[in-house]
Amino acid sequence: MYGFQTLFKKEILRFWRVGFQTVAAPVLTALLYLLVFSHALSRHVEVYAGVSYTAFLIPGLVMMSMVQNAFANSSSSLIQSKITGNIVFILLPPLSHREFFAAYLLAAIVRGVVVGAGVLLATGWMALPPVEHPLWVLTFAVLGSGILGVLGIVAGIWAEKFDQLAAFQNFLIMPLTFLSGVFYSVHTLPPFWYTVSHLNPVFYMIDGFRYGFFGVGDTDPWQSFTVVSLCFVVLSWLTLHLLKSGYKLRH
Amino acid sequence: MIKERDMSAAIEVQGVSKRFGQFTALNQVSFTVQQGEFFALLGPNGAGKTTLISCLAGLSRPDQGALRVMGHDVVSDYRAARAALGVVPQELVFDPFLTVRETLRFQSGYFGLRNNDAWIDEILHKLGLSNKADSNMRALSGGMKRRVMVAQALVHKPPVIVLDEPTAGVDVELRQSLWTFVQELNHAGHTIVLTTHYLEEAEMLCSRIAMLKAGQIIALEDKTTLLGRDAGRELWIKTEPAGTLPEPYQEWKVREEEGGVVLKLPSIQALEPLLQTLRQQGLILRDMRLRETDLEHVFVSMMHKEMQ
Repeated sequence: MYGFQTLFKKEILRFWRVGFQTVAAPVLTALLYLLVFSHALSRHVEVYAGVSYTAFLIPGLVMMSMVQNAFANSSSSLIQSKITGNIVFILLPPLSHREFFAAYLLAAIVRGVVVGAGVLLATGWMALPPVEHPLWVLTFAVLGSGILGVLGIVAGIWAEKFDQLAAFQNFLIMPLTFLSGVFYSVHTLPPFWYTVSHLNPVFYMIDGFRYGFFGVGDTDPWQSFTVVSLCFVVLSWLTLHLLKSGYKLRH
Repeated sequence: MIKERDMSAAIEVQGVSKRFGQFTALNQVSFTVQQGEFFALLGPNGAGKTTLISCLAGLSRPDQGALRVMGHDVVSDYRAARAALGVVPQELVFDPFLTVRETLRFQSGYFGLRNNDAWIDEILHKLGLSNKADSNMRALSGGMKRRVMVAQALVHKPPVIVLDEPTAGVDVELRQSLWTFVQELNHAGHTIVLTTHYLEEAEMLCSRIAMLKAGQIIALEDKTTLLGRDAGRELWIKTEPAGTLPEPYQEWKVREEEGGVVLKLPSIQALEPLLQTLRQQGLILRDMRLRETDLEHVFVSMMHKEMQ
C-alpha cells in the first residue's frame, strides 16, 4: 500500500514541479478560447433559455481542459519514463499492476481536477454559472478525468516514441473532445452529426457536467452517467489486464 | 518454515529459455547461487547476461523455465522475490525531476519502506555521495549517477544484489571504492552476482564463475578450478641454439613466441627435470618466464574453443 502511495506522490510531484506547463498553460488556453468565442458568438447564440453563451461555454471548456490534461498526465509521464529508461525503477520494486494502475490513474484525475478548477476560477468572473447539482459536477469531473487518465496509461504504454503519442493525442483525443459539444449544443447539428455525437463518450461527460451547472442538458444525466461509468469500468478492466500481461513493459 | 527459507538458494535458475523473434537469447540455462556467494557471470556482448538478469528481476518473462530468488518464484511470488533482490541496471538512467535524496526516498517508498533516512544516509556516506544528497540528478557526473544507481539498488537492504556491468565507463577511484563497499556487503552476508567486462575484477572478487556464450552456460566452476582447468602454468623459454626440444617435451609445446617456445607445465615440479634435460642436451638457457594462468586467458581460450 505504501508503494502505491509513494508512486502516487511522485506522480503528483512530477506535474506540480512543472506547474507552469501543466496547470497554468492549459488554464490560459481555456481563457483565450472563452474570450475569443464569447466575443464572436455571445450576441448571436443562446443555447438554453436564460443562459448566456459565455456561461454555456464555461463548463464545456472546463471539462475539455480536464480530460485533455488527465490524458496528458499519465501518457507523458509514462512515455518520458520509458524513453529515458527510468521506468526500470518502478518495474524493479514489488509494486503490483493494480498499484501501478491506481497511482497513475489517481494522479491523472488530480491533474485534471486541478486544471478544471483553475479554468473555472479564471473564467468564472466573466459569467459565473450557477451550480444546480454539485454532485453531478463532481461525479463527471472525476469520471471524465478518469477515463482519459486510463486512455493516457494505454497510450503511454503502447507508444514507443513521442511521435506515436502525439498521433494518439491529435488524431483521437482532440477530435473526440472538440466534437463533443464543448462549443455548441448537439441539438443544433444536422441529424447525421447529431447521431454521431451520441457515439462519442466525451459528449456524455460534457453534457452531464453541464447539467450539473444548469440543471438542463442535451440528454438525461443518468443516461450520461451510465455511459461514462460503463466506459470507465470497461477501459479500466482492459488496462489492468494489459498491465498484468506485462505488455510492452515486461517483454 | 523459517529454517527452510534460510536453507534456500539465493538464486535458482532452472531451464530458462528466452527468444526474441528468431534470436535465442537464452537456451536452457540452469544454475544455482548459494547464499553468501560472490558470483560472476561472464560472457561476450550479446551472450545473454543482461537478458538473464532481466528475467531474474521480472523485467522480462522467460518463455520456458523458472527463476527463484531466496526461494521465491519471480513470477508467481514476485513481491517476495523482488523485495529480496537489488539490481543495478547496466544503462545509466535517472529521474531528472528529483534530487539524490528524493530519488532514494522514493525508491524506498516503492519497496514499502517509510522512514528509511538513517540507512539512506549510511549508503550515501559509503558511496561518497553525502555532499551531493541535495543536488539534482541532472547536475551529477556520469560516475556520480552510477553511484546513485548502486544506492537505489540497496535502499531495501536486499539479501541478493545483482550488478550488471557496474564499472563500465567509471573512473578508477569509484571502481575501487565500489568494490570495497560491495566486498563489505558480501562479508555482511549479502549474496553478490556480478557481470563485468573487466576480467581481473571477477578474478579478484568472485569465488565462483559462470561463463555464458550465445545464451548457453559453457562453464560453471569455482574460480580456482576454472583457472586450474587450463593446466596451471605456462613456461616461455628461449634456448641457444634455438633447436628442437628433446622428445618427451615436444607434446608440451603450445606455440612459438618472441623467438622462444611456450610450454604448458603440468605442475611446478615438472620444471626442474625439464631444465636438467635441456642441460644434458647441451642447450643453453638464454631467458625464461613463468606465467600463471589468469581468468582472461581461460576466458579467451574457452570462447575460442566454443567457436571451433
